Amino acid sequence: MIELSNVSKVFNEGTVNENLAINDISLSIKEGDFITVIGSNGAGKSTLFNLIAGSYEPSRGRILVNGKDVTRESEHRRAGYIGRIFQNPLLGTAGKMTIEENMLLAMKKGFKGLKIGLSDSARESFRRELVHLDMKLEDRLKDKVSLLSGGQRQSLTLLMTVYSRPSLLLLDEHTAALDPKNAAIVLNLTARFVKEHGLTAMMITHNMGHAIEFGNRLLMMDKGEVILDVSGEEKKSLTVQKLVDKFHELRNEEFESDRVMLSE
Amino acid sequence: MLEGIFVEGCIYALMVLGVFITFRILDFPDLTVDGTFTLGGALAAFFIVRDYNLWVALGLSFAGGCLAGAVTSAIHTRLKVPGLLAGILTMTMLYSINIRIMGNRSNVSLLNRDTLISDAGHFFGKYIPEGYAELIFVVIAALVMKFLIDIFFRTDMGLTMRALGDNEQMVVSQGVNPSMMKLAGVAMSNGLVAMSGALAAQYQGFADVNMGQGIIIIGLASVMIGEQIIRKRSIMALTLCALIGSIVYKGIMFFGRSYGYMIYLTPTDLKLITGVIIVILLIATKADMLKKAVGLRR
Repeated sequence: MIELSNVSKVFNEGTVNENLAINDISLSIKEGDFITVIGSNGAGKSTLFNLIAGSYEPSRGRILVNGKDVTRESEHRRAGYIGRIFQNPLLGTAGKMTIEENMLLAMKKGFKGLKIGLSDSARESFRRELVHLDMKLEDRLKDKVSLLSGGQRQSLTLLMTVYSRPSLLLLDEHTAALDPKNAAIVLNLTARFVKEHGLTAMMITHNMGHAIEFGNRLLMMDKGEVILDVSGEEKKSLTVQKLVDKFHELRNEEFESDRVMLSE
Repeated sequence: MLEGIFVEGCIYALMVLGVFITFRILDFPDLTVDGTFTLGGALAAFFIVRDYNLWVALGLSFAGGCLAGAVTSAIHTRLKVPGLLAGILTMTMLYSINIRIMGNRSNVSLLNRDTLISDAGHFFGKYIPEGYAELIFVVIAALVMKFLIDIFFRTDMGLTMRALGDNEQMVVSQGVNPSMMKLAGVAMSNGLVAMSGALAAQYQGFADVNMGQGIIIIGLASVMIGEQIIRKRSIMALTLCALIGSIVYKGIMFFGRSYGYMIYLTPTDLKLITGVIIVILLIATKADMLKKAVGLRR
């Protein structure tokens, strides 16, 4: 259960470059929610994720995870229970290191001591996990991650992130940098992992079709605010046209439909 | 005289291993080492003159180096100062501290004192010539440190440190505090450099305030020479690169000093030569990468 209460983020406060990125957002995320987030560029989607993950501190407001106030907790501490995947497939793994070494680091979150954890039994469990990806990576444990394709690398990141069963999974356009075929593979894997492990997840996407197809709840953001929050039956009945109309109705201006819909 | 090259090479190899950790593993160009090498020598001299156990003196030199590295790392991560500047700051401060440690003098003589090197010479000297006895001691010392580092980089913490130099965000995502990891790595590196300085002072028979000058460049040149000789890139191969690179570097400098006069070089030109070697190696690496890129395209 994640709770944002009256969270705002202002960049360069008090200067001529002042920019209100997040404007007084209150949001309650229930356990098991799979929320898709859409909105044009600069709407504040990534900033919202940065605030939840702890990369930024909010200017105002509080963030609670499972009843605990984590507003001032550092990013690496929150990483223990909030998993995050970025758009750039290079950010989730260490390219110069092997698949098994990367997986070892993801196995246990937090401080790493002086024991040698990379044992045969650990390798065996990595193989069992990698089979789920169906990419034959289980035979390539000793390959450097930089040898993998973007899709394989992002899938590995996904596997490593869900390995520790985080309380919240943040997906920041994690398929946007992949070609359509690989994007579909990673997206389907995501949906499967979320379902199988009963994860709570938020996914930013620029593809309205995906936003409608996946998840049980949809947020539309604009100018730092959540302007639409639909879930349940209402979400199931959504279409792309309905979403565009909705935006028009709410904001009384043209939705940047070409930019939002065409960017995959 | 030739064994002298190997002895010096092995002593400096500890420093090269330290530079390797910061430059190649952590991707943190740490200039503190110019100060910590001298610090190690000064601390060793301080304790040896006061008749401390020689191994205790070596351990304290290591600890002193770790502390200096921790200061650099703290300046870098806490105050968000660029790594280069943080290193220069600590290095500059160490200059004054080193002179204080040496009792407000610019050098301390260790001649006529028992040192780890001379003890090793006496110990093994019963069976073989003293020069070779010293060599055996420093070779063992360098190999032990090499293997300890190899093992360290297989531990969970060592793997995290390698990941940190590769991709800091990934380390944060695994719930590790990157500042702490950097601190541990830079401290360890400077500890090795100080230990190297301590042994160097014992070998040459004195600690001098300028003995660390240009150490960072020597370390970097050695690392790069080693990488040219051995092409494997596993941790075990890379630490071996550091060892061999250090010895080859000392060899090149020895011949520069001995025969350089034939092409009108003086000992003061050696720093210029070191710099030129680095530039040539940088060009060679670039050419390698270019060749690889072309090969991939085909």
